[in-house]
Amino acid sequence: MATEKSATIPSDVKMEKKAEVSKKEEKSVSNKIKAGHVHLSGCTGCLVALADNYQGLFKLLDDYVDWVYDLTLADVRHIPEMDVALVEGSVCIQDHESVEDIKTTRNKSKIVVAVGGCACYGNITRFARGGQHNQPQHESYVPIGDLIDVDVYIPGCAPTPQQIRNVCVMAYLLLMGTEDQKKLAANYLKPLMNLAKRGTTACFCDLMTEVINQGLCMGCGTCAAACPVRAITHEWGKPQGQRDLCIKCGACYSQCPRSWYSFDVMNEFEGIMEIIDGAMK
Amino acid sequence: MGMELGKYKTCVSARSTDKEIVAKAQDGGIVTQLFAFALEQGIIDGAIVTGLGDRPWKPRPFIATTREELLTSRGTKYNVSPNVAWIKEATRSFGLDKVGIVGTPCQMQAVRKVQLYPIGMRDVPDKIALAVGIFCMENFLYKSIQQLVEDHAGQKMQSVKKMTIGKGKFSVYTERGNVVALPLKITEKYEQAGCHVCLDYVANLSDVSTGSVGSPDGWSTVFVRTKKGDHIWSKAIAAGCFETKPIEEVKPGLELVTKLAHEKIHKNEIYLNKRASYGVGKGLRNPYI
Ligand SMILES: Cc1cc2nc3c(=O)[nH]c(=O)nc-3n(C[C@H](O)[C@H](O)[C@H](O)COP(=O)(O)OP(=O)(O)OC[C@H]3O[C@@H](n4cnc5c(N)ncnc54)[C@H](O)[C@@H]3O)c2cc1C
Ligand code: SF4
Ligand code: SF4
Repeated sequence: MATEKSATIPSDVKMEKKAEVSKKEEKSVSNKIKAGHVHLSGCTGCLVALADNYQGLFKLLDDYVDWVYDLTLADVRHIPEMDVALVEGSVCIQDHESVEDIKTTRNKSKIVVAVGGCACYGNITRFARGGQHNQPQHESYVPIGDLIDVDVYIPGCAPTPQQIRNVCVMAYLLLMGTEDQKKLAANYLKPLMNLAKRGTTACFCDLMTEVINQGLCMGCGTCAAACPVRAITHEWGKPQGQRDLCIKCGACYSQCPRSWYSFDVMNEFEGIMEIIDGAMK
Repeated sequence: MGMELGKYKTCVSARSTDKEIVAKAQDGGIVTQLFAFALEQGIIDGAIVTGLGDRPWKPRPFIATTREELLTSRGTKYNVSPNVAWIKEATRSFGLDKVGIVGTPCQMQAVRKVQLYPIGMRDVPDKIALAVGIFCMENFLYKSIQQLVEDHAGQKMQSVKKMTIGKGKFSVYTERGNVVALPLKITEKYEQAGCHVCLDYVANLSDVSTGSVGSPDGWSTVFVRTKKGDHIWSKAIAAGCFETKPIEEVKPGLELVTKLAHEKIHKNEIYLNKRASYGVGKGLRNPYI
């Protein structure tokens, strides 16, 4: 895959980084974004990861997000209009309700976020063959991106509380922030939006084809740390994947600094971490 | 020229005041001294460093939780050490809440991506307490270093006491006192491919970064970059861990650092552009967006 983009020298633009978002008095309920959790064929691990922000979750709900839909946490029957829909799980194409749900979600949401490996890439549900109690006829599962356009990916199994939190804060800044904050949030979210455009399959093989074979791997070790099933080790400084262990969650590729890397964002890492910390205080 | 040295608060020439550390350090013992101090002060619970693996000069990343363990990691191993592989284990299997890590500029980029985009890194982002970067022009695979030492320099790997890259030479020092210096023309073809797209020489994203270039032998050039880095560095200075000289007063000083940084980035930018049209109407991937 070629990109027309030419090399960029690390830019070093100073960004206004005031954690203004944490100012209580500027807030009213109408200022929050409407978000919810759409549960398809996933194990609820993604929702648990969101909840594992502990106090951070309360902070998100208090100040930034109206939680308008969630089978587990909100008493709402039908998928409502949302600014941000966090979708967990893949879609079973034999389950017509799920198919309707994902279509409705797309039609009623400004931003659809695929949360976790199953929604992004199928992940463990790729291995389904049907025959399980009590819906044995349910056998084919596709990532949501095979049926609808998805705006943002959060890969991984499970996705991490911190990555979900960061996306929530950035989505809030994108929709409700000042001009500078909008710009920052757009920069931050861009790589995760690119991932959503890139496709609906993932595997350790992505590191082989897109990083190692492309002469980009420098042996940092990150992929091994990212893999939730310890399928990756480093032999002679380079990643080796036990491909039979790989559950196709996409964590390794998206965590690798040589899959994608944005100087605009990364050079501001200190300020961005302060903004996120500030927002969660 | 402009931002090739990254953001920094201060830059000095420095060396550890601890004779034991300096005895086997690569340069001024900055890395080992900083971690030893941070460990002693409880600023970190442990540090991911590069020790020796199952062959001479083969790196083995590990988590040092004592001064003794830190001491075994001194010195540069000029081949790839996947230090970041331990970053999640450090917080899990080792239960560290405050992790130190040393690494090359690309590894510092990896650490910051872990923190800003913790996709497969549950609970890791807030636990990086001190990221020390080392300058790096390029790295090598183990076999490349072996070939350079054995075939080009004619020395046994296990007899080598120290390797350095500096003043245009790759030098091999043996226990028995041999010194073989190879011109970098020879090492060039062995450079790791992935290093040629790297646009960072002095670990711009670290808390503190250090290398030999710019300072006299036995001394190190140190950039203090972040608030965290500044805080720890100031405390270490106050505790007498380092002797320092203003970088303006040492030779060759920042001018050489800037020159080399510029050369590396410029050369690699040219290569990145070349990759874009590597084939016929097709090119190789550019990771930078
Ligand atoms: C591949 C490579 C290329 C380098 N290129 C340059 C250069 O062009 N210019 C320059 O000025 N300096 C360069 N350095 C840095 C320099 O060689 C010293 O490592 C640095 O000055 C630190 O010395 P010290 O005395 O402070 O560290 P010490 O106290 O001796 O500690 C050295 C530290 O480096 C770590 N380390 C050793 N090998 C590796 C490795 N392969 N990967 C990651 N960490 C490692 C050890 O864990 C230890 O913590 C390079 C280092 C490496 C590893
Ligand atoms: S994370 Fe990427 S660059 Fe680092 S070792 Fe793995 S494949 Fe190589
Ligand atoms: S190798 Fe591991 S991290 Fe990569 S896709 Fe497979 S399971 Fe996920």
